[in-house]
Amino acid sequence: MSRRVVITGMGWITPLGHDIEGAWKRLLSGESGVDRVTIFDADEYQSNFGAQVGNFELANFLGNTAKTHEGCSRNTGFALAAANLAWKSAKLDGGSKVDPKRVGIYLGGGEGPIDFDAFAGAALAGCREQDGSFGKLDTVRWADHAMRTLSAQKELEQDPNLAAGHLAVQFNAKGPNFNTLTACAASTQAIGQATKLIQFGDADIMITGGTHSMLHQLGMTGFIRLTALSTRNDDYKTASRPFDRTRDGFVLGEGSGMIIIEELEHAKKRGANILAEITGFGSTADAFRITDIHEDGRGAIAAMRRALETAGVKTSDIDYISAHGTGTEENDKIETLAIRELFGGAANCPPVSSVKSMLGHLIAAAGVVELITCVLAIRDGILPPTINYNEPDPRCDLDYVPNDARKAEVSIAMSNSFGFGGQNDTLVVRRYEE
Amino acid sequence: MNGQNRRVVVTGLGPATPIGLGVEAFWEALLAGQCGIDSLKAFEAAGFASRVAGELPDFKFGDYIPKTYRKSAKVMARDILIAVVCAYHAVKDANLKTKCIVDRGEADGPIDVDSTRFGANIGAGLICANLDELAAALSTAADDNGNFDIRKWGAEGMQNLTPLWLLKFLPNMLACHVTIVHDAQAPSNTITCGEASSHLAIGEAFRTIGCGDADVCICGGAESKINPMALARPQLLDRLNTSDNDSPQRASRAFASDASGMVASEGGGLIILEDLDRAKTRGARIYAEVVGFGAATNTRSWHQPEPDGESIAFAIHNALSNADASAADVDLVNPFGTGIPAFDVAEATAYCKVIGDRLTQIPAMTTRGAVGVNGAGTGSIDFAATVLALANATTPPSINTAPRLDQSDLQFVDQDPVDAPVSLAVTTSYALSGGQAAALVLRKYQE
Repeated sequence: MSRRVVITGMGWITPLGHDIEGAWKRLLSGESGVDRVTIFDADEYQSNFGAQVGNFELANFLGNTAKTHEGCSRNTGFALAAANLAWKSAKLDGGSKVDPKRVGIYLGGGEGPIDFDAFAGAALAGCREQDGSFGKLDTVRWADHAMRTLSAQKELEQDPNLAAGHLAVQFNAKGPNFNTLTACAASTQAIGQATKLIQFGDADIMITGGTHSMLHQLGMTGFIRLTALSTRNDDYKTASRPFDRTRDGFVLGEGSGMIIIEELEHAKKRGANILAEITGFGSTADAFRITDIHEDGRGAIAAMRRALETAGVKTSDIDYISAHGTGTEENDKIETLAIRELFGGAANCPPVSSVKSMLGHLIAAAGVVELITCVLAIRDGILPPTINYNEPDPRCDLDYVPNDARKAEVSIAMSNSFGFGGQNDTLVVRRYEE
Repeated sequence: MNGQNRRVVVTGLGPATPIGLGVEAFWEALLAGQCGIDSLKAFEAAGFASRVAGELPDFKFGDYIPKTYRKSAKVMARDILIAVVCAYHAVKDANLKTKCIVDRGEADGPIDVDSTRFGANIGAGLICANLDELAAALSTAADDNGNFDIRKWGAEGMQNLTPLWLLKFLPNMLACHVTIVHDAQAPSNTITCGEASSHLAIGEAFRTIGCGDADVCICGGAESKINPMALARPQLLDRLNTSDNDSPQRASRAFASDASGMVASEGGGLIILEDLDRAKTRGARIYAEVVGFGAATNTRSWHQPEPDGESIAFAIHNALSNADASAADVDLVNPFGTGIPAFDVAEATAYCKVIGDRLTQIPAMTTRGAVGVNGAGTGSIDFAATVLALANATTPPSINTAPRLDQSDLQFVDQDPVDAPVSLAVTTSYALSGGQAAALVLRKYQE
């Protein structure tokens, strides 16, 4: 009998709020967290809006210990705060109740935002000719400028595994420590792999989830060049339209979600509050193209199928699917096709919704935030809606819980994340029963 | 161990290092005590304090991919190119007929690896943008005073970047391109934990096959520090050797008492791990068996070593216990080593703590003097070297490890290789930034 893994704590920092209950309430009422970008001047960007985290002060979450992490990157700050909320909700704060050697970390952490002003300054200095015009990069001039203007700490803090490093120090987690960065699938993959580490016996408790902020000058540039973002600058509140016929791309968001997962007996022994059980995980690669999803959804289908198999359930047991549902033409079409194919026709599919319609796309952190909404849906018997859904797309013919939250008994839910390059990850989570 | 019922063996090695590409070139150079560190040539480095580097020998990328995939090279950062080169060497060495090998006409079909049972776990770094390209684009957004203007960038400047620009630098693109070229559709993960990435990725692949989620995994890591931004970052942190620009062959000196910093390099290694029964059935050459994996974390700092190397010691302890082995069973160690004194002292201390007196009786090896530190791909070069030392019962020399650190009991070989039958070997790595540590235990394969 393999070790069972349960969720005993949850926390998030999202564009709709910094506490589980508050942001959940907003999600259920269909609020949008999308606004004009104010982190930097994006006014002339082809897409100038996003779902930003507002009013964030690390000290509000960590108190005096926030000083330890002074100068950490924006996404590490989100991760520390979200993990602290999760740690507290798991009743692990205030004294050593666990063996630090049995506590591990597995994050889907994004790289820290680039130190853009210094970077651009050095780039221009490196390309500037004697006469003030710009030419080819001269690495000697670049280095001369860069070594004076780049900050050692700001460069250090950009490494994608730094959030996991900060968390280890903050929570004295001496066990295995991993960071994965499989693009938009990262935190779903992190949770799946963390679950396995507990099943294998490498740890009894894992802090797992993800954190990311690509709402910076180059992050938005990259997605705009890929034509992946919605460009509805005049109507940004309704720009995130997963599964709607008029969708024109995703809305970039930022934030973090963290959960505490634990071996069942360990959780019971310390009297933890068990929120749900993680029972299934499937991970596959399309191995098709870096730019496109396989047109038959073969990787997505295989990931969902594997998640069902490992959970020991049938498609008819799934009460709700939290979709990857980005609002791009291609993803929503193929995700729908994959679900329909696996479940044996639209009539057999459970309700499917995408909270990205409200939170935007948190990239590496998207999966964990969506898994948390699955746990809350199970707890409260209510499904979060897909907002901005007005015009059905004939190729997207499932029940997307349009615009309004819906009461529904949910015992088992599935959460999908698909990343650039054909990374597919699916988790199955269920109501905890003895 | 729960859910870990299958034995996992090493059947293919694909190193790409400054001393050679592919197993044979790499092993011969290692035995001969060659050094791959030289003055940096890829770009004019006069503005940097450290101007030595480990660069790969020239290679023709078209030799490693099917013809139809050549166009894709345009969207590959150097790190990705290296990973694809490693992958080719690894599957050839393992004698697997993957899609790439069949498409290239190097073997008659059919493909003999079930793509749905073929996984990938590949370590990658924070890939630096091609500075030439990005800087040139950014400079088109200069205002009249020559300063960067974000509005000009938004309105027009960014159009100078190729549409797929972002995809060149996503860390998971190493695994994506490798899995596309060789058609590996089973679990695919990208570990981004600095220098610990390769060991963590190989460890995860070991678990993935052990529990039955895949039968074959291509795993390891690759990275290039040979670009201005990647060289600037460790220099800002005072981690680079700056005293041997005129004697590059002596610059990388892990565990030497006169070391003063690491040498940046490029390279990596991909490894084929395989379920034992599958390997036996197809008559594969078995190099060694992977029997233990352990990981741990520095909880005192995310950028400085613990003086006592606690996390590294704990990782070794976990890996040995996972292998059901004790310190007395170990007869070869391959510590990571960087040439940064505080980190080397921490790691040497960790080995003393876990292996104890036994450490003075067994050989140690490190490839650091020969290949430098490339980031995420370094650990898999070490892993490949350890596998070869075990399989060939020969410990290669570890150049530039003398004069030895006082705190170290590690018994490196200085000159000629030493014949040494090995039944159990330990190899470690750790992230210079981030605090992750990992260890792997290999055993000589026996029925």
